[in-house]
Amino acid sequence: MDPLRTPLFDWHVARKARMVPFGGWEMPVQYSGIIHEHQIVRNAAGMFDISHMARFDLNGPDALTLIQKVFTNDAAKMKAGQVKYGLVCKENGGILDDILVYRFADHWAMVVNASNREKIFAWLAAQKGSLDTTVTDHTLESAMIAVQGPTMLTVCHEMFPDDPSALKYYHAMETTYRGWPCVVSRTGYTGEDGLEISIEKTQAVALADDLLDRGAVPCGLGARDTLRLEAAMPLYGHELNETITPIQAGLGWAVKFDKGEFIGREALEESEGLMGVQMRRVGLELEGKRAAREHSTILAGGIPMGVVTSGSYVPTLEKSIAMGYVAPRAAFPGSELMVDIRGTPTPAKVVPMPFYKRAK
Amino acid sequence: MDKSQLKYLPSHEWAAIEGKIATVGITSYAVEQLTDVTHLQLPAIGKAVTAGKAFGEIESVKAVFDLNSPVTGTVAEVNKAVQQDPSLINSDSYGVGWMVKIEMAPGATTDHLLDLAAYEKQLAESH
Repeated sequence: MDPLRTPLFDWHVARKARMVPFGGWEMPVQYSGIIHEHQIVRNAAGMFDISHMARFDLNGPDALTLIQKVFTNDAAKMKAGQVKYGLVCKENGGILDDILVYRFADHWAMVVNASNREKIFAWLAAQKGSLDTTVTDHTLESAMIAVQGPTMLTVCHEMFPDDPSALKYYHAMETTYRGWPCVVSRTGYTGEDGLEISIEKTQAVALADDLLDRGAVPCGLGARDTLRLEAAMPLYGHELNETITPIQAGLGWAVKFDKGEFIGREALEESEGLMGVQMRRVGLELEGKRAAREHSTILAGGIPMGVVTSGSYVPTLEKSIAMGYVAPRAAFPGSELMVDIRGTPTPAKVVPMPFYKRAK
Repeated sequence: MDKSQLKYLPSHEWAAIEGKIATVGITSYAVEQLTDVTHLQLPAIGKAVTAGKAFGEIESVKAVFDLNSPVTGTVAEVNKAVQQDPSLINSDSYGVGWMVKIEMAPGATTDHLLDLAAYEKQLAESH
């Protein structure tokens, strides 16, 4: 199947982006350079086309019931305008996806990973049963742009009739842009303060041009990856997959056992009891500048102890860092391990995550 | 460097041949694929290298690749500037971003290397 193109495809190409396949889409990996784009987001404001992320609306009286059934976090406690992160799990606790759930005054919404759009849509349809709710996938009819970095509120000043600076972290508002309905949320995947704006696809180019004029710098998936790695945010297909539970991934905070029944609950309670034996996610800081790539073996005393899921030399910390899964006896901060980088065992120390935390 | 005077490996290294000395770097296509170079591992002077075999490693935020030697011989000179600042490869991979000079072994050949037209044809075909 040919990769999908976002409404900004031509816009990226006109700005000399290098386009790569990602999650079933053709996306910009970089424009001016990954390191430069990364630093822009840490110090000013970058803009990312995230139209590939899947956007579902849930309407009807039973929308909350369906969300509660498939979502590990507690949506019942959400107020209108709130956003929550959580997981969708299988019965055995394996992660189908990590998602954001949005509550609005009269409906709910989800943002789902691009590569899992069809899988999660089918999962929702299968779990819906006789519930009175409608799930609509409007990914292909809309666009989504993230504006991330410490100056993003200045960039977006007076862009919307409602002031985004009034939005609290992990909150969203329904507003308009040049008269067109849009959703603006104070969310992101970079470790910086930021907004994510979704709007009908016909308005994508106007919005992108406006953000560019206001000083936001176009950034690609390359910078998005090094930014989220420094912030120790998991990426589906790397840190998360159907054989990993949220407990192993260190996402137990997004699993609410006190909310009542949900799919995977029993297995996840069991997974909590297995903390002493199951591999778990750790952050690693390596010696030197060589990157520990995905699938590299993690060793302790010469014995394989785990595997790297993401790793790179990262621009803000100017270090080689990685995330991976290791046996619990090696998974404590300060644990001295080795990573086999293309045949060379390289010293790596377990460090607390996130690697990078922005100053408040 | 005049790109039309260079010889190429299919793995995107270029060689400028002057007498017994081959100056080696990587092509702009390779640089574009790599994105920002963050780390470079080059051999010591005197190290024997073999045509088509790895002599070093180049790494970016996104990827890591072997650097293959276009010719057989020994390393005569290493570009210290590029070792200290691998971003020189991003700014000018045919000039200040050169990597090593190799003294070709007696009888070493360059016949297996591509000229610019053949290299560019290969690039076009791989797309």
